[in-house]
Amino acid sequence: MNSSAILSLTTLVYGLAAFLYIFAWVFKKEIAGRVGTWVAFLGMVGNLAGIILRWIESYQMGIGHAPLSNLYESLVFFAMTITVIYLVVEHKYGNRIIGAFAIPLAFLAIAYASLSPNINDKIQPLIPALKSNWLIAHVVTCFIGYAAFAIAFGVSIMYIIKGGTIREEGVLSRLPDNKVLDELTYQLIMFGFLFLTGGIITGAVWANSAWGRYWGWDPKETWSLITWFVYSTLIHARMMRGWHGKRIAFLSILGFMAVIFTYFGVNLLPGLHSYGAMG
Amino acid sequence: MEKKETPPNFLKSIWRFFATVKLTVAVLLSLAVTSVIGTVIPQNQSSAAYIDAFGEKLFRIFGLLNFFDMYHSWWFQLLLILLTVNVIVCSLDRFPVIWKIVSVKNPPFNVRNFRSDAKKQEFVSKKSPNVLRKIYESFIRQKFRYCRVEGTDNGWCLFGEKGRWTRLGAYIVHLSIIFLLFGGLLGSVFGFEGYVNIPEGETVDSIWLNNRQERHQLDFEIRCEDFDVSFYESGAPKEYRSLITIFEEGQPVFKKNIVVNDPIRFKGINIFQSSYGTDAADTATLDITSRKSGLDYIKKVKIGETIELPEGIGMFSLKKYSRNALFRGHDIGESFLGILRPKDGNPIEVILPTRFPGFDKMRKGELIISIRDYDKRYYTGLQVTHDPGVPVVYIGFIIMILGCFVTLFMSHQRICIETIKTEENSRVMVAGTANKNKLGMQQKIKKITENLQDHS
Repeated sequence: MNSSAILSLTTLVYGLAAFLYIFAWVFKKEIAGRVGTWVAFLGMVGNLAGIILRWIESYQMGIGHAPLSNLYESLVFFAMTITVIYLVVEHKYGNRIIGAFAIPLAFLAIAYASLSPNINDKIQPLIPALKSNWLIAHVVTCFIGYAAFAIAFGVSIMYIIKGGTIREEGVLSRLPDNKVLDELTYQLIMFGFLFLTGGIITGAVWANSAWGRYWGWDPKETWSLITWFVYSTLIHARMMRGWHGKRIAFLSILGFMAVIFTYFGVNLLPGLHSYGAMG
Repeated sequence: MEKKETPPNFLKSIWRFFATVKLTVAVLLSLAVTSVIGTVIPQNQSSAAYIDAFGEKLFRIFGLLNFFDMYHSWWFQLLLILLTVNVIVCSLDRFPVIWKIVSVKNPPFNVRNFRSDAKKQEFVSKKSPNVLRKIYESFIRQKFRYCRVEGTDNGWCLFGEKGRWTRLGAYIVHLSIIFLLFGGLLGSVFGFEGYVNIPEGETVDSIWLNNRQERHQLDFEIRCEDFDVSFYESGAPKEYRSLITIFEEGQPVFKKNIVVNDPIRFKGINIFQSSYGTDAADTATLDITSRKSGLDYIKKVKIGETIELPEGIGMFSLKKYSRNALFRGHDIGESFLGILRPKDGNPIEVILPTRFPGFDKMRKGELIISIRDYDKRYYTGLQVTHDPGVPVVYIGFIIMILGCFVTLFMSHQRICIETIKTEENSRVMVAGTANKNKLGMQQKIKKITENLQDHS
């Protein structure tokens, strides 16, 4: 079995996990949620196996490099980081309903990678610009940050649809406590912010060693900075002005929109990061 | 409090204005929103390209607003300055208070505050307060840097704390931003960014500055000994490699192969592999076929040279090389141009594209000339930069990551354990506070309480 087959299978496993989590939440079937956790874990293992195998395959092809060099590979890695971080959160908070809002994101990421006709899943040799030790450090830090922001986004959506009120019954009443959602959003954003900062810094150091400048206002750089501005606004508002609840949830959603644009939208604009683009 | 000197109201209100977090939020969001413009409008293009894209009218408006080089525009720089002043003033404004809290030698504790904590934990132990005191103190000392025990009327009270200094975290981050902006300023004032194309075997001692039609003199010479480009089977580029020698006062002092991601750093100046191209070729080997005899002749000719053609047909001179020659308005790629002078008749201009060997057949002449081979000379495109601000910026990066970690994940945690002697045993209360992550602290207190219970 090659890495593509394993990763396609992983897509199905994540789909099943997402379904189980949503089912458990909507129909109040705790057992489905517990199975969901194991299925998500299985998906994560498959995801990791697929990534490692792809790495080995690239060496067998004589063009060995870490599988973090194009849109397909980054989406696959993104799906895995979302799942890992989610499973840690689930373990820590003991709540599976969050999974109904987090695992679908992992599923979407890997399904988009596997199914979109615009995304090439072939292992390609590295172009000269990407031949650097900074590749792994830069991509890994960025995507850990993005994944934390993605889950924070899911949690903020939960907060918004719950409307910040206490519900007596119904599907929404089973969502976690407002306070927990609010605190979790903020915890995830702080975690993501540290890694986004690290991602921007590793990118800057890399740019300086490859192009002789650490900052050049290239669209991807600029959008990562815009994302950084949005989340640092959120953190200042929280720490210094005590913002809570809905306002934080909205800022978190806005921040994730910036993440998505940094990730996908920038490929529509001219710039140096074009190797992250379709194709 | 009484102050001897009160600054004028106006200065005070300016200070107040710059010391607000509202301003921080406003400036951060403005920076976020305006930064988008420069990612949508390509920066530093030619006027013609902009007029093409936006039309005359928008071109003028955008030009007035500096949208074509917005990150260096006065208003964007003003936002950056506002942010800097805001960061500095906010820090100075709050620092004395925080410093007072942080620099205290004997931290003040008030047991009443802990008693009134809604999340405090309580349990009963069979041991006496004096026995418990020893166990608990050694336990807390392992977990908290500061620890002291005070006797009370009917028992004792233990206070512990750690991470008081982490209250300075935000100042560490702010300091890093000042480093970054200062480093950026150093670079833009004392640094330069430029490029130079050097044909193989040639030497230069100056470069072109980016975005300016200006040359910059270097105090050494750069020679490109050799350039190579290699490709993968798919046709994608694999490696660009230039062998560069640096000369000082005519003497070679440094030699290195540079590839993308592995530049030369020489006397604070960085030389990067950035592009390449083919330079004018100067010699071509011609394939000449005679229609009459069917014979093939091979002749080598330099540009500007004239040769005698076989079978006494006439003379041929190679005029020039063109990277993209035009034929009836079509780009036919790399070509040589020559003049054919038949013994009797007018000179004819001949185009010899390197990619289409049969091209000259169309002329229907007595001879068919094509390019068999030619010496192509590459030139290497180098990016040359000098930025004395880089070390300052890198220090800023390190401080920022450390500062972010401290600010986001470390907190000033305080714990209080009070033990009161009851008739047969002791009543224990455990409570704690933290300036951040209060939920996390509650869990920690719970865990510590469980541990203490196990020990007693």
